[in-house]
Amino acid sequence: MSTAVAELPTAPSESRVNYLNASYGIKSWLLTTDHKRIALLYLVSITFMFVVGGVAATLMRIQLIEPTGAIVEPEVYNKLFSIHGIVMVFFFLVPSIPAVMGNFLIPMMIGARDVAFPKLNLLSWYLYITGSLCMLYAIAAGGVDTGWTFYPPYSSTYSHTHVIAAVTGVFIAGFSSILTGLNFIVTIHKMRAPGMTWFRMPLFLWSMYATSVIFILGTPVIAITLFLMALERLFHVGIFDPAVGGDPLLFQHLFWFYSHPAVYIMILPGMGVISELIPCFARKKIFGYKIVAYSSMAIAVLSFLVWGHHMFVTGQSIYTGLIFSVLSFAVAIPSAIKVFNWTATLYKGSISYNAPMLYALGFIGLFTMGGLTGLFLASLATDVHLNGTYFIVAHFHYIMVGGAVMAYLGGIHYWWPKITGRLYPDAWARFAALIIFVGFNLTFFPQFMLGYLGMPRRYAVYPPEFQVLNVMSSAGATILGVGYVIPLIYLIWSIKYGPIAGPNPWGATGLEWQTPSPPPTENFEEMPVVTEEPYNYPGTEVPVRG
Amino acid sequence: MAALAAWIPLQPPTASKIAGEVDELYYFLTAVTLFFTALIFGFIFYFMIKYRRRSEDQRAEQIHGNVLLEVVWTIIPTIICAGIFIWASYLYVRNARPPANSTEIFVIGKQWMWHIQHPEGPREIDALHIPVGQAVKLTMTSQDVIHGFFVPAFRMKKSVVPGMYNSIWFKPDKVGTFHLFCTEYCGAGHSKMIGWVYVMKPADYAAWLAGQMRDQSMAQEGRLLFNRLGCATCHVANDTGTAPSLVGIYGKPEKLRDGSTRVVDETLLRQAIIEPNSILLPHYSPIMPTFKGQVTEEQILQLMAYIKSLGAEERTSTK
Repeated sequence: MSTAVAELPTAPSESRVNYLNASYGIKSWLLTTDHKRIALLYLVSITFMFVVGGVAATLMRIQLIEPTGAIVEPEVYNKLFSIHGIVMVFFFLVPSIPAVMGNFLIPMMIGARDVAFPKLNLLSWYLYITGSLCMLYAIAAGGVDTGWTFYPPYSSTYSHTHVIAAVTGVFIAGFSSILTGLNFIVTIHKMRAPGMTWFRMPLFLWSMYATSVIFILGTPVIAITLFLMALERLFHVGIFDPAVGGDPLLFQHLFWFYSHPAVYIMILPGMGVISELIPCFARKKIFGYKIVAYSSMAIAVLSFLVWGHHMFVTGQSIYTGLIFSVLSFAVAIPSAIKVFNWTATLYKGSISYNAPMLYALGFIGLFTMGGLTGLFLASLATDVHLNGTYFIVAHFHYIMVGGAVMAYLGGIHYWWPKITGRLYPDAWARFAALIIFVGFNLTFFPQFMLGYLGMPRRYAVYPPEFQVLNVMSSAGATILGVGYVIPLIYLIWSIKYGPIAGPNPWGATGLEWQTPSPPPTENFEEMPVVTEEPYNYPGTEVPVRG
Repeated sequence: MAALAAWIPLQPPTASKIAGEVDELYYFLTAVTLFFTALIFGFIFYFMIKYRRRSEDQRAEQIHGNVLLEVVWTIIPTIICAGIFIWASYLYVRNARPPANSTEIFVIGKQWMWHIQHPEGPREIDALHIPVGQAVKLTMTSQDVIHGFFVPAFRMKKSVVPGMYNSIWFKPDKVGTFHLFCTEYCGAGHSKMIGWVYVMKPADYAAWLAGQMRDQSMAQEGRLLFNRLGCATCHVANDTGTAPSLVGIYGKPEKLRDGSTRVVDETLLRQAIIEPNSILLPHYSPIMPTFKGQVTEEQILQLMAYIKSLGAEERTSTK
């Protein structure tokens, strides 16, 4: 995209006024309405929550080295996996790419000065923080042991842990999602720069738009559901517990009506990031732009129609099972199309292998495996065997960690020079990407095998024949853990000591690269005007065929 | 390979025909997964090497897309998915209903044990003895939270939900001892809510059953309970207008006061005992008291076994 921004300032970022040095002091951050500063507030807070969830995961993998449980009693292990799940899903993955990269990039990518409702944006962060504090209180007060799924009647009647504090946290953080989604939709509709038509938008914006739709339509349902569960727990109103006249499967329907689309809240933004990284490092237009954009919207719509595949073994009718099975296969198609289009984008490209690209390629591979293993679970006959086992755990970690977290890290590495104005050591970054890829596969591939063998999930102790594979998984987790610590170190190091990045270190298209790094508070010194399609990299043109 | 398999188990034991059929689909899916993963990885690595940037001014060939390719790689996955869906659904639907000659055994999940009740009377905890070659139908409910009944060797699983009856069935074709797991998280003892399924030769099973015969059959226990709880006062065999006769009622459709018709199954009978006023019949006054909290899940199953036996007597006598 070429713009009206003619000349870029050549002065080093230190001497130039930008969003980071425009004002100083804690108040200037806590009361900021600058979308870029809010993005950084999110970055710091979700990284903290990622560490909390990661510590719980580490303790879980240590526990499972021994069949009898290496370190803690089952009661404690149950709290560990619950904390890991709740924190990682609701306080890391759901806000990760939207709240950090979405906030930072959406206004810049469309050529706007800020989001449509900057104050609401700050309120979203405060809601997120309030929710996180509730969750941290639940942990500090003794933990919660319901699993991230909060199934009643266990959660509403039988658990003696801090369920109310935890669901209050999730409930409040949910409003952060809803307001963020609202803000993004209005921003994308109303604030695009002159010439930025829908089909000139970078694909990251399409994926954020699709995600925002799910935020707005899905999140209220989980809020209501958890509210009803809390009502039953506090006042014994019979909603889900059959002992007081409720229906426990009703909860599961309502829960998965949100939580399946939530899977796409976590993966769609990742797909958006990958759709930016691959064209940039292949110096190429994305293959089949419109199809990739439409498939994001198709995924958003279909995601609301497949919740029943979480309930094939709960006793729902055969016909319900058949319908949800066929719809689940249908949602696999747009995801497959995206994978093929990304791969085809590499064809006849001019490919370089900086760290963000390694994450992007890792994403394609792991997401492919995660998606294909989803077919085992969409198939009724095999799901009956694999449901509730480690196969499920492996499958969704391939999507959530192999997919969403790889994309998140790829995006952080890609836009880090824009965010901070500094470069990180690329060799270290490539090394870390490789370590993460290897460690991830070693951790989660054995879990597919464990699941097929029949090892149920959420087991604090297990029969001895499952030990070898569990030890392999724990060994892989050690490598994965190291892989996550390395970027934390060099990225923090780079803030002060990294070389100055310049406005466009990757030679990328896109409005965010046409402004200095770090950008000024108002993003652009002159309002940009868009005249071209996205990903308009120089090259030999080939007309559309077929 | 054998040494590796001894060290890392690769396949769960297989103890029914259905298990083998599920495995066939599983291996087909594994082949599809390996093929497409290899395909994508193969293309990525090939492109990575072939089109690596050799010099800074190397330019890409700009291709917007290709409609034909898009159509091809939409249709091929669609056909594969449709095939898998049909195969998986065929297996699932065919195996959903137990054969008519199945032995019925009752399962109650409670924190944190499996309570098994054989119709002949014997009860077991965390163990299920069954004869080889005989289809067994399990009717399952929970006394507290949701549990999950899973026998990997049969590739069979179902949630055990309080307030409703779920059933699964299997026909073991191999004598042996197989794991039984709880697969729905149910609290502190979840990972210890495991047991064994003992598949025995018919003669061994008969001997085992005879050795366990201390109690009365479930239906006999149910009859005692039926009298003790006072059910027999109103529910007499020849309907006097106070309460419907229960003889032969099981399995028949019954017209309710709200105009709907429901088949009298386990779920309806349970509801009639726990919340009688929620299913009113047209010609009877709502005078039956609730037995909520007065009968355990186990006793409800015994009452139902008795009510079913009343039906069975009548069914055989009218033939």
